[in-house]
This record gives sequence, structure tokens and C-alpha cells, in this order.
Amino acid sequence: MSLWRNQLSGPTDPARDAGWVDPPPRQGFFTDTSICIGCKACEVACKEWNQLPMDRLGMTGASYDNSIGLGASTWRHVAFVEQTTERIAAARESGRALIALGMPGLRPGAMDLAAAESAALAALATGTLPDFRWLIASDVCKHCTHAACLDVCPTGSLFRSEFGTVVVQDEICNGCGYCVAACPFGVIERREDAGAGTISGVASAGSSGRAATSAPTGIAAKCTLCYDRLHVGAPPACAQACPTTSIQFGDLDLMRRRATERVEALHAKGFTEARLYGADPNDGIGGTGSIFLLLDEPEVYGLPPDPVVTTHDLPDIFRKAGYAGLTMLVGAALSFLGRRDS
Amino acid sequence: MANSDCIVIQGSNMAECHPVAYQWVTEAKLRGATVIHVDPRFTRTSATADQHVPIRVGSDIVFLGALIRHVLENELYFREYVVAYTNAATLIGEDFRDTEDLDGIFSGYDPTTGAYDLRTWAYAEADARPDGVAGTDSVGGDDGVGEAGPPEHGAAKADRSAGDEHGAGGPALEHAQVLRDETLQHPRCVLQILRRHYARYTPELVERLCGISQADFDAVAAAITSNSGRERTTCFAYAVGWTQHSLGAQYIRTAAILQLLLGNMGRPGGGIMALRGHASIQGSTDIPTLFNLLPGYLPMPVAGTHDTLQDYLAAISSPAQKGFWTLAPAYVASLMKAYWGDAATAENDWAYDYLPRLTGSHNTYATAMAMLEDEVEGYFLFGQNPAVGSAHGHLQRMAMSHLKWLVVRDLNLIESATYWKDAPEIATGELATEQIGTEVFFLPAASHAEKDGSFTQTQRLLQWHHQAVRPPDQARSDLHFMHELGRKIRAKLAGSHDPRDRPILDLTWDYPQDGHGEPSAAAVLAEINGFQCSGPAAGTPLSSFTEMRDDGSTSGGCWIYTGVFAGGVNLAARRTPDAEQSWVAPEWGWAWPMNRRILYNRASAAPDGTPWSERKAYVWWDPQAGRWTGHDVPDFPVETGPDYRPEPGVGGPAGLAGDDPFVMQADGKGWLFAPSGMVDGPLPTHYEAQESPVENVLYDQQASPARLVYPRPDNLSAPSAGERGAGVYPFVFTTYRLTEHHTAGGMSRWLPYLAELQPEFFCEVSPELAQLRGLTNGGWATIVSPRGAIEARVLVTERMTALTVNGRTVHQIGLPYHWGVGGTGAVVAGDGANDLLGITLDPNVAIQESKVASCDIVEGRRPRGPALVALVRDYQTRAGLTAMTGNELRPELRPEMRLEGS
Repeated sequence: MSLWRNQLSGPTDPARDAGWVDPPPRQGFFTDTSICIGCKACEVACKEWNQLPMDRLGMTGASYDNSIGLGASTWRHVAFVEQTTERIAAARESGRALIALGMPGLRPGAMDLAAAESAALAALATGTLPDFRWLIASDVCKHCTHAACLDVCPTGSLFRSEFGTVVVQDEICNGCGYCVAACPFGVIERREDAGAGTISGVASAGSSGRAATSAPTGIAAKCTLCYDRLHVGAPPACAQACPTTSIQFGDLDLMRRRATERVEALHAKGFTEARLYGADPNDGIGGTGSIFLLLDEPEVYGLPPDPVVTTHDLPDIFRKAGYAGLTMLVGAALSFLGRRDS
Repeated sequence: MANSDCIVIQGSNMAECHPVAYQWVTEAKLRGATVIHVDPRFTRTSATADQHVPIRVGSDIVFLGALIRHVLENELYFREYVVAYTNAATLIGEDFRDTEDLDGIFSGYDPTTGAYDLRTWAYAEADARPDGVAGTDSVGGDDGVGEAGPPEHGAAKADRSAGDEHGAGGPALEHAQVLRDETLQHPRCVLQILRRHYARYTPELVERLCGISQADFDAVAAAITSNSGRERTTCFAYAVGWTQHSLGAQYIRTAAILQLLLGNMGRPGGGIMALRGHASIQGSTDIPTLFNLLPGYLPMPVAGTHDTLQDYLAAISSPAQKGFWTLAPAYVASLMKAYWGDAATAENDWAYDYLPRLTGSHNTYATAMAMLEDEVEGYFLFGQNPAVGSAHGHLQRMAMSHLKWLVVRDLNLIESATYWKDAPEIATGELATEQIGTEVFFLPAASHAEKDGSFTQTQRLLQWHHQAVRPPDQARSDLHFMHELGRKIRAKLAGSHDPRDRPILDLTWDYPQDGHGEPSAAAVLAEINGFQCSGPAAGTPLSSFTEMRDDGSTSGGCWIYTGVFAGGVNLAARRTPDAEQSWVAPEWGWAWPMNRRILYNRASAAPDGTPWSERKAYVWWDPQAGRWTGHDVPDFPVETGPDYRPEPGVGGPAGLAGDDPFVMQADGKGWLFAPSGMVDGPLPTHYEAQESPVENVLYDQQASPARLVYPRPDNLSAPSAGERGAGVYPFVFTTYRLTEHHTAGGMSRWLPYLAELQPEFFCEVSPELAQLRGLTNGGWATIVSPRGAIEARVLVTERMTALTVNGRTVHQIGLPYHWGVGGTGAVVAGDGANDLLGITLDPNVAIQESKVASCDIVEGRRPRGPALVALVRDYQTRAGLTAMTGNELRPELRPEMRLEGS
């Protein structure tokens, strides 16, 4: 039972759990949305490196977001959320409440709430609390410490790499789709077609390039954290392309430390809305390999507020199933005994 | 920019259009800098700025002028810097009259030509020295020193857009003997003129004309003034949001005045960043693709004015003025030697007569109009897509249909290559394929990854790129194409004795080629760098432009680039990581001139040569060594001490006093007031755009009186506020780029990964305008201007703000211009925003006013076929447009003004 517990919740070293002997330090992302400029270079660099097909073609009308979300052919996705003062004030207040609870949590007490509050009030007084803001955030696979997609994969297509990341191999995937249902973030997806067609009204569209024709279909796909690049010591394509260091990559411990320092710096300036996401190893997935600094509640960005690994209850289920089986066995034995008695 | 304490981004959407450069803004921000974005729209730049200030397009001079007034009236200028390093103390001649005196025009305006005679803007002459002038340190009589060419009339200058010919410095002054009042009290000293000029540019006026609240104005004013001075520096960044106006050059001048007053020029974290629109647009002005420039900002000679080399050189500089322009004869001789080698001799004035002469304005728009008159036979397009990317797409396409031949070199079959079969005018019936006689040649081009070469970016940094892969199929580099074209033309002319063929036959045209016939780009850069062409050191690369001579012993294709190949090493290819060198990073690429990272950096030290502060120390005088030293290459004669004062009459670099940091300016000072060089005024003044729904409340003069207008039936303008028919085109639109696409789309709409990110042409409107016109998010809208009508998907967003200006609501519509109709193989297509624009130009640089114009917007898709033309005509009729609508330069002159202005 203790073995199950270690693998399915709480802080752990997932690479070691997966049987890697002496693995390198766990690698991960820190995505600082407070300095993201929404250039989408991460989306494009990811597609270029991983030879993903064009996804869909058409204006959504949802701000500048025309790729909608993560999927089989979009492994980095930049969200655009337009907000007015009321929502900004609410975000600031909810962040202040989190700070009061001791968040970000890695170094409780490091944040002086009174200082943050006075800074926030000063911001309000000087008119620096804006009447409008445009949240921009680049989303990616979380590379969970406890990854349900990996746990449910029947073929071994999904595996835990020595870097602690979760990688899917399209040559092995049989397209069963269990992982799709298992992911608490809706990240992994089955690719149903090899690329989008053209939008109506475009006369001569058609040059969709090599990538569009070579992508395998019917298999599950998601960010591999550029497993091939990590092997040669190169950063993932998205992090390399990011012009503002909004996407940072490296040892996960370092990423956590930078994230904590950055959120504290923002709090000290009065931006109490800043908060970390995925940085807590005691959360429902044991923390993520992709840490985010957000400026509002996760739901605003389309992220679940309190993700829990879907295999979290498996030990309990097994235990109960075991008891049930045992009870049945006992009952059966009793019934035989009873019969003999009779 | 990373060293700035405050960054004001105005006239630029830096995060979207220069995302890579924006890393430095991000770094400054992470270090604690304040970032302010002043822009009509809330963009991705605004999203990461500390403050966004919405402004009405076309009103920037009011805002900046009010900041100047704020700095002057509250005595917030950096007095020590201003007195020593600018022309604030310099007296202007008695004949000068300000726009405040003449209701919107400066003295010297000629209403018949619509141009200024610049003579009354000149510095006061020494022999006209008035009483009461204190502390004049450089007053001298006329010593009979050399003279610059006769002052040029504004009309002649405007005709060839002379304003940008001194991109690296100031234009000629006769001499450097000026009158100064260092108490800054004399009524004719520049500072007092400035004070009077901007007296009416109050925060109230900002609120009234820009739609900016006084609270927002106060916040910006406080940010820039508290972050300027000895300890701190503020930086401005702009792009085509400032330049693409009928008075665009004056927008930048306003920022220059402000930055000089705040003491932010020549210092780390200061300056004005001109963000260039393409990877090497800076390079294409240094080694120009412009009709009126030769390499290194030497002007192109003008027929009848510069008939001899002596005339030409005299127009560039006078030997008696200060600074490095006095060495122009060496730059010119070296350029001629680079062009023509041994055929350029002392006897033939370095083959000066081989150079073409200008006979008028040959700017891109004048050229298109000449095509319509069948005056132009052929056209080369290198990475240019005028059918989509130039203002007035309709006129551009109609013009190309008059050509005999057209060569398009591009990565893809862009709209300008296929207009003859699929232009919008084919659909409307205005053009018919069988009636177009143009022979179109499409020659596929190699991309930057498929060839060697250099980019010169915003900071004047040359960065070399190496070929990564060979170009596919028949694609070739532009260098290969030009070299081959030259070879073939020379072969055809071989044996000719016609003198007119000599300039082509005598060209140096022997570049080493690789096995694929590709000329060596490095050899071209080495030729640009220059070398000794005679004597024992013949062939040795020059290491500095100061080695250039006017005796024919040196060759060099662009004097400001000399040194990039010093020692025979391509310094542009250096990529030393930042961790392995100083924070100024002198070993990353090579910056012109002399690998100097900040121009005019003598100003980073106080007049006595010590740094203004430890925090902002950059270049300083080392009294022990008797030299300027510091983190960067000093931009000053390195052994000229801070106390040095030249004898009167000494010109050139030796004429620079120890406190003359602006070494390219004819008087060594930063110009708050421009006594020459600008053809539309010595001081920036607010005028409304060619088309504006707002009246100019400052003067009766509505728009710039010196703007270049083209009154033609195919270039109609909308009436402005107060004119009949103005309500027919009630809204303002502005055009711009998105991160996801590149200009006219030739490098992005053909790429699936980019096309899918912004697949459709859209217009951005505020919820208020959407409600007013019944527009729905995701629906369609038709936008109509006097030039055309287009359709776009609608994006309703609170990022667009309806502004209250002069008591009425002004709605602004945003239009990205990346889409076009036609082309072959594009992933996405759509109507082109530039089809709405007309042609009205800034007189200094012939740039079009494409950031602001008037339109109407209605719900639904546009008509197809001839009905589209009928829709545009119907609007024109309702507005009562004629060719002269909006094109009167100086309408309704009042009698008393006629007297004053004449």
C-alpha cells in the first residue's frame, strides 16, 4: 500500500519512482504570464520542431486567440483574456486572500501582507490600478508528478522520462484514448485528422506544407517537453523561442525558486493578484513540472482550480475491491461450510 | 533600453511588432523600470506596460508639446545639460516668426509653392550682435571662412525630400560662430522661443485634442521627469506610428526636444529608439534603397544644383562648421573609388559625372503616378508587395498595369505578381487581363537562412547571418540576381564607345563566386568597409573612416561602416556571449560608426568630463591619460579635453569644443530648434491630419501647410471637420501590424503555422461603435473611404476606446493590413486595408500618411463586381468630393496674414 501511495499522490521524485537509476535533476517549465507578450512564438516554434500540422483555420472572435486550446496538434497555447476594473479588483482581492493564507507556501512568512496591502492601496490611489487589462498566458502540458495519463496507458506509449517528464510515443500508441479521459487538465488529445482544411471564402488556399501531410492520425499526442532536445542538452523549442523569458526552462527546483521570488516581487509592488499554479507538491497531482505565475484565478485561464490526479482514488478502490472480493470468498466458503453442515 | 528607469513607447506597438527587441523592455521592467504605452489601441504592448494612455491618432505633438511645456514651466529641465549641450542658449535671427505669431505658419512660407524659404530660421549672425547678450562664448566675426552652398529653398528640398539626407547628423551651416545667452533669458534665445511656442500646449489642451485625461497626463509627466537627471534616464521608443503622418518627422523632433531638455541623449538608458520595421531596414537607409540618398547619408546630386563636385561638396558641409561632416570630401572620393576603381581619378573629379542626377521627386508614390502617365516602363520589386503593402492599393495596381515589364523577386507568388489576373479590379471590371500589356517575370528569391549576409538593426548593429541551407530549386539570393544582371548588361554593352555606357562598363564588378555562382557577401562587406588603394599598404582594409582621404588613395563603399572589416576580419559575425564580456557587449556584432553602441556619448559625462553620476557612468575624461575612456567607444575626438576651446574660425573635428558632444551637428550642440534641415518648420507644431473629424483649435491652419498633396480624381480626400460632407466619413481608422504576420503577408500568409494564428482580416471596434453601427463580434463589416471599400470580420473589444475630443465622441477603427486579394498559394487571403488609404506625404521624407484617415463603417459584406465601385462613388457624391477637397494647403488666408506672411 505504501508503494501505491508514493506513486499516486504527494511529493516524490517521479523519475526514481519510475525505475530510473540515478536520473538527472527533474526538468520543468516556469511560465511567468506577467511578462508574456502573446507573440505566440512558443506555439510556432513547437509546431516547427515537432512537425505538427496546422490545426484549424478561422477567426474565433475570442480576442486574439484563434487556436482555442491545447490539443493533439497544438502543444503550446496562448490564452488571451480581456478584463475590466471589477474583475481586476476581484483578482487582486482573491490573491490577497491567498497571501493571508500563507501562499505561495514555499516560504511562509516571506511575504509581508501589510506591506502588500499598503502598496496595493497606493496603486489604487495613484491611479495605477488599471481600468482594463489583457491577460496573456502560454499554456502547456503540466508534466504532473502523478500523471494519470501515464498510469492508465495500456500500451506503454506514455512513459516517465529520466528528466521526470511525461512523454508519449506515437509509434506505440494504439489510440485507445484512455489518457484523454484521465488528464485532469484536458491536455492530451487524439488526433483525428492530419490538418485543417481551408476557410470558406479563401480562393486559393492549399499550400499547407510538409508537416500537414505527414502527421499520424488516430493517436494521442501532447507536449513531450522536447524529449529529443533535452537529450542533446538543448532547451525545449518554446523556451528557446520566447523573447521575453516568460517561458523559462531548467531544473524544476530552480524553476520553483524563481517562481517564488517573482511572485514575492510582484506582491511587494502591490500586485496581490499574482499567484503560483502547480508549484505545491502537496496538491492533488503532487505538483507539476510546469509551474505558472498567474494574475487571476486559474479558471480565468481555463485551468482547473484544484486538479486531482484521476487515479488518486485507485488504492482506495483496489482496497475496497479487495475487501469485497475477500468478503465474497468468505461468503462462498461459508456457504460451502453451511452446505456441509446441512 | 535595459538600463532605462522609465520607457515611454509611443507611436509603436513594440511588443507585437518588435517582440525580440522587447526583451530589453522586459529586462528593464524586471529591474524596476516604469513602462508607459501611449497608443490609440490597447495592444499587447499595453498589456505588459505599467500604464496605457489612449490617445487620438494624429494628436501626438499636442501631447509631447504639453510635456515640453510642463518641463519648461516647472523648471524641470536638466539645466546644466541643456545649457552646455543644446542650442537652448543660441540666438535666432530677428526675422524669425513663430506659428504663434502668424496663426499656424512660420516665417518664410510661400503660399504659391506651399513650401518654406528656410533663411529666416537661421541662427543670429555675429555681426548683428544685440545689446544685453551675456556669456557668449563663441562669438566671432565673419572671418571669410568657407561657406556652405546657398541656402536652399524649401520647395526645392521638398521636391526631393531632403530632410532625411543627414540621417547621421545635421545639415550644413555656414559656420559655427553663433551668439549665445547662457542665462537663457534673451527673448530670441532658443529656450525662450520654445517656451512661447508651446505656451498654449496645456494639459487642458491635451484633454481637449488628444482625449487624454489630465490625471493620465500628470502621471506620464511625473514618470518621465522623476526618472531623468543625473541619476536616472528615460528612453522613448517609436516606430511608424510616428513616422507615417503628413508631419511624421516633426513627431520625432518633438520627442527629440523633450529628451534633450531632460538630458537623456547620449546616455545609457536614454535616447530615442527608432524601431525599424524589418530586419535590415536600418541597413537599407545606411546603404540606401532610397532615391535621394547615397551610402552613408550622402545626398544624391540634383541636376542643375550640384553640377560639379565642388557644388555638391559645398552643399554637404562647410569647412568652417564643426564636426565630422567636414570630412565629406574623403567619404565621397572613397565611395567613388569603390564604385569605379581606377576609372575614378583626380582629373575627372572621381568620376562624379558618372553619378545619376535627380530631376525631381522620384519617391515610390511619385513613381507609381508616373506609371499611370506611362512614363515608367519597368519596375523591379524586391521583397515589396505594393498591391497590398503600399498606401492606396488601387492606385498601385492600376499603375502596375501600365508597365511594359515587371520583375518580382519574392519567396512566393504574391499579389503584385498576379494582379494581372486576380486583382480586385478584375472583379469590378476596372481592369481586364487581356488589356494589360505588362510582361511579368517572377524570380523566386532565397530567404535569409539560405544565404550569407548582414542585417543592420535599430541600434545600428550589423549582425552577420550564415547560410544554413541552399535555396530550393531556382531560388537565388538578391545578391546573385543583381550580380548576374550587372554581368549580362555589361556583356551586352561590351565594346560600346557611347559615353553614357561608361558608368556601367567602368563599375568594379568582380566579386568572387562559389561553385553555385553565388557572389561572396563577405567580399561585398569588405568593399563597403574600404581599403587602401595605393601606396605600400594597398589592399589593407581601413579600420576607421578617419583613415579615408580625398586624394583617391582610399576606397570605401559606406564611410559609416568602415571598421566592420578592420584587420580583414568580419566583425559583424562576432557572437561573444554576454557573460564573457562587459555589459555594453562590444563583441556582439559591430555597430556603426566605430563599433559605438551609444551615439553622442560624450553627453554621458558632465561638461567637466566626469560622469553625471556613478549609476549612469558611461564615457568620461581620464585626466591622467589625457583621453576619453569608459565602457563604450567615446564619440568624441579622443584627446580633446573637456576644457578645450577652438580658435574662432576653426572648423571640422578640431572645431569641436570640449563640451560639444553632438559631433555631427554643425555647431556641436543638440538642436532644440532646427535652423535648417527640416522643410516644414524649425519647431514641431500641431496640425491635424489630412483627414480629421477634429478642428485644429490652435490655429486656423487645419493641416500642415507644407505637406505634399496630390490632388487627383483617383486620390480623393475626405472633408475634415467643419467642411461640407465631413459627416459622410465620420470615423477615424488606423492601420497596423500584428505579431503573427509580416507586413503585406508574403512571408506569413503562405505559412500554415502563422496563417492559422490570424487567419482572417478583421477590424477592431469599440463596443460603443459596434452598438452605433449594429456590428456584431465575429460578423462582417464594410469599411468605406474616399479611395475604396473593403470588408472585414468584426472584433468588438474594449481594447478600443471611444474618445471625447473637442466636445464630441471620436470613434477609432483598427485595421491590420496583412491581407490581400489574389496571389497564388497563400493559405489565407482577405481584403487589403491599404486600399482605403490615400496619398498625402510628409515633405521631409516623402512618407505617406497611413496611420490616420477617415472612413465609414456599416454592417455586412461589401458588394461584388461593379456594384463595389458604385458604392464608393455614391459616398464620394454624397460628400461632394472634388480633387481639391482637403488639398488646399493654405485656405482662406486672412488679409492681415497675407501681409505678414509675404
